[in-house]
Amino acid sequence: SSGINAEWPLRPGFEDLCFDFGVELDDIVEEEGITKFKIDIPANRYDLLCVEGLSQGLNVFLGKTTLPRYTVLRARERLHVDGSVEGVRPYVVAAVLRDITLTEDSYNSFILLQDKLHQNIGRERSLVSIGTHDLDTIQGPFKYHALPPPEIKFQPLNQDTVMTAPQMFDIFRKNYLKPYLQIIESSPVYPLITDVNGTVLSLPPVINGNHSKISLSTRNIFIEVTAKDRKKAGIVLDTICGAFSEYCTTPHTIEAVEIVQADGSTFSSPKMGSRIEEYDSAELCLKSGIKTATPEQLADLLTKMCLRASVAGEKLKVEIGPTRHDILHQCDVEEDIAIAYGYNNIPQVLPDLYTIAVEQDVNKLSDSVREELARCGFTEVLTFSLCSRDDVSVNLRIPEAVGGAVQISNPKTFEFQVVRTTLLPGMLKTASCNRNMPLPLKLFEVSDIVVKDTLTETGTKNYRYVCALFAGKTSGFEVVHGLLDRVMLMLDVKDYHIQQTSDPMFFPGRGADIILGTKKIGHLGILHPEVLEKFDVTLPCSVLEFNLDPFV
Amino acid sequence: MSLDQVILNTLSEQKEIDSLIFASENGLDHQKLVGAIKSLLSLPKEYIKAEQKQISVWELTDEGKSFVANGSYEFVLYSAVTKDGILQKELMKMPNAKIGFSKAMTLGWLVIDKKHEDGPTVFRKVDDATDVVKTMLEDINTQKKVDEKKIQDLKKRKLITPVVTKFYLVTKGTSFNTQIERPEADLTADMLQDGSWKEKSFKEYNFKAKGAPITSGYLHPLLKVRTEYRRIFLDMGFSEMPTNKFVENGFWNFDALFQPQQHPARDAHDTFFISNPEMTDASKLPADYLEKVKSTHENGGYGSTGYNYDWKISEAQKNILRTHTTAVSARMLYKLAQQEEFRPVKMFSIDRVFRNETLDATHLAEFHQIEGLVADRNLTLGHLIGILYAFFKKLGIEKLKFKPAYNPYTEPSMEIFSYHPGLKKWVEIGNSGMFRPEMLLPMGIPKDVNVIAWGLSLERPTMIKYGINNIRELIGHKVNLNMVQENPICRLNKV
Repeated sequence: SSGINAEWPLRPGFEDLCFDFGVELDDIVEEEGITKFKIDIPANRYDLLCVEGLSQGLNVFLGKTTLPRYTVLRARERLHVDGSVEGVRPYVVAAVLRDITLTEDSYNSFILLQDKLHQNIGRERSLVSIGTHDLDTIQGPFKYHALPPPEIKFQPLNQDTVMTAPQMFDIFRKNYLKPYLQIIESSPVYPLITDVNGTVLSLPPVINGNHSKISLSTRNIFIEVTAKDRKKAGIVLDTICGAFSEYCTTPHTIEAVEIVQADGSTFSSPKMGSRIEEYDSAELCLKSGIKTATPEQLADLLTKMCLRASVAGEKLKVEIGPTRHDILHQCDVEEDIAIAYGYNNIPQVLPDLYTIAVEQDVNKLSDSVREELARCGFTEVLTFSLCSRDDVSVNLRIPEAVGGAVQISNPKTFEFQVVRTTLLPGMLKTASCNRNMPLPLKLFEVSDIVVKDTLTETGTKNYRYVCALFAGKTSGFEVVHGLLDRVMLMLDVKDYHIQQTSDPMFFPGRGADIILGTKKIGHLGILHPEVLEKFDVTLPCSVLEFNLDPFV
Repeated sequence: MSLDQVILNTLSEQKEIDSLIFASENGLDHQKLVGAIKSLLSLPKEYIKAEQKQISVWELTDEGKSFVANGSYEFVLYSAVTKDGILQKELMKMPNAKIGFSKAMTLGWLVIDKKHEDGPTVFRKVDDATDVVKTMLEDINTQKKVDEKKIQDLKKRKLITPVVTKFYLVTKGTSFNTQIERPEADLTADMLQDGSWKEKSFKEYNFKAKGAPITSGYLHPLLKVRTEYRRIFLDMGFSEMPTNKFVENGFWNFDALFQPQQHPARDAHDTFFISNPEMTDASKLPADYLEKVKSTHENGGYGSTGYNYDWKISEAQKNILRTHTTAVSARMLYKLAQQEEFRPVKMFSIDRVFRNETLDATHLAEFHQIEGLVADRNLTLGHLIGILYAFFKKLGIEKLKFKPAYNPYTEPSMEIFSYHPGLKKWVEIGNSGMFRPEMLLPMGIPKDVNVIAWGLSLERPTMIKYGINNIRELIGHKVNLNMVQENPICRLNKV
């Protein structure tokens, strides 16, 4: 009944079908003698994350089957929520799949779906985690509560002995469960689901108890979902029930569990609810770009996308079922119409909008200056905006300069510690990496640097800088000086001069500030040999660097 | 005197020069003499005629040379036999004894007493022997005449080998003169001045040689491609957005785009967070709008269910390196919505974005994003498709295909694929979509205004175009500057 057919992906046209439906046949691999089809699913379509859901989606899309209706039976089991979980993992929902028969394939799929849900919507179990149990080994009513770790004692899944929570955490620290420990570790109490006899079902989000573990022979499955996010808990439970209730003796039937909250109020889970939305047919049609569809045709298109739709006059009544939690807005329905119609069947129209293009002045000027610098015989380089702390400070003999740099809190390597405050480091690294080039080396870059600035929204500001470097047998100071004069001539600026500076990055007596009017806008000079050494440059270098923004 | 002058002088006195004989008589290197002959032949006037000949001469092999130095094997062996004879087994220990012994026996130089009491012993048969082979080899070496029959024997013994030598018989040419008029290599200003170019002869130009390398400046290939993309947008009437703002906050980068706060993109392993300055001052964010964003995330509104979670301003305040230029698009659209009357716009940007992801051959921590958007009343998915065809046609790409995709801030969303004739397959070249109402309506954009947008990276199409497999060969300090200097003019529409 599920439509799972191992041969299906091999049929011609399967890849195109995936493409049109919006999933991607990413790879076909042979693993352990089995052909595996790796299919990328859009991040919001949890219902397609298992073979059962995906084949149902595709079969409905092809019109080979219809969307099932789910029946939720009255609760026979109860789950009490204790106030003690409030601070650590406040929400729980649960369901029972009665009289279920799993094969090896569907059992594996069941486990895999839980893994996937843990990973994405559960954010590596931090927001949501799932426990599934053999209901026949436990006895309700169940209890969701939290206890100090030393008081928790049970035999965890696939371990041989009974142990306390701290003991099992010591073991888990060394295996694949390590990343999940920190989700609750800082809490004085750990969450726990137990049955009426005190048997531990699970210690979410870390581990289940061994006692209630499910197997191929399990007939009745108790599913509990604990969470920090109530909405996501519901989505996860609906998704699992939606996909696996088809293996129950009465397919698509789920038995509810009554949740008794700490304040005594109760609700029934899973919701498996549908909401009915009414949309204006013409509006739906308009945004999708389909000009000629009738309301009836729109309804048919939506039915292909697992959305039941019926025509009610000018309106389209759309039933959004428990497997389509991705539908938040009319625009999601419009997308489904477009997908069902076929993106590649939508007639193309050119927007009828007359506009006059305006460039950003700073970019326009930058391009003109770049061309002038190239005309002067300099080679353009393109270097990274991120660099190490030392690159903008001690390596340039200005240790205090690091204070002005924007600092990154989570760099994976030292090359991404700060945003550059000068274009020099990249320029010098380029020179160092290109020792086989004919001399002299003449390089330039026109790009942004970033500094802290308390006046702006983020406390930072970009500036467009011009930097040029000469490296040769002689220092070439007069060359970069000549380049400055040339650029100023091209910028039609006469009101500038250079003035000796004691900037430590320069060779003593060979550095100067560039003054525009009365304001310093940059500097030029022969680099100090210690700077060259830091960047592993073996030739004397002269550099020119200034801020282009005053000229914009 | 130069060698070519020597040749001319000699020819004025004698009829013919045999280059081999002339070289040996005058102690000249034959190769250099041939060079001088060829240089005379290359002159535009025929100073000399030269007829190429060849002779085969014998040259000593290494073994032959060793005979000249040490004597032939047979002579060496003969010399080793004393008057009282020598035991054969001792004699045979000498180098090359086998050949030497057999030759000496044939020549009748030695005799063997097999019944000697000490064992087989070798005695001299003649008192004196002449090493004829050595003498003949010496003669050959000095080009003296040697009997042809003997030559064949020496050849058989691999002591000599034939070598073909080319030489010239040089005679006067039709324009023979002992005074050479040198042809000019180049036309000079002086020649124009004094008119001498009329009389001068000029060297033939070597059209096969490369021209002289030009010293020049060079623009970076990726930025040349950027220039072309900018031009395409400007041609299409798109205005440029101000993207000189690498540091953004979570609010504009994510929240304004209706990207929930638990979204994986907001994790530390995808995004660079800033530790200093760590936060945006909340008072600097537009208060009214911020409230609307918060309530749309939490409870929906504007026709949306929202995400139903507790939205925290502290997440929105976190400073980050922008993960996309769409943060700027959001600012621009917000600004657009604050105008008294909505005016439709077309906008674009090309600038750096940052991702804290694992680096590989095609991914760096920073890359350039190209983004275009149109905001107008009643835009449809058909308009998006239409403008994408127009845009990509300018890039020389006419075959497009669209795949449904998911993106938190666009719906519908489409991945853009183009058919790559070289790779013979459809490759993803960009992403596109219509911004979600949950993003636009809280900004104050009118309800009937839709915004269509698309984005692609600058690096990826550039790498495909230039066949670069490793992104580090294209940007960063490790690029080979030769690549920059040799990169051709960027013509995107020329496939």
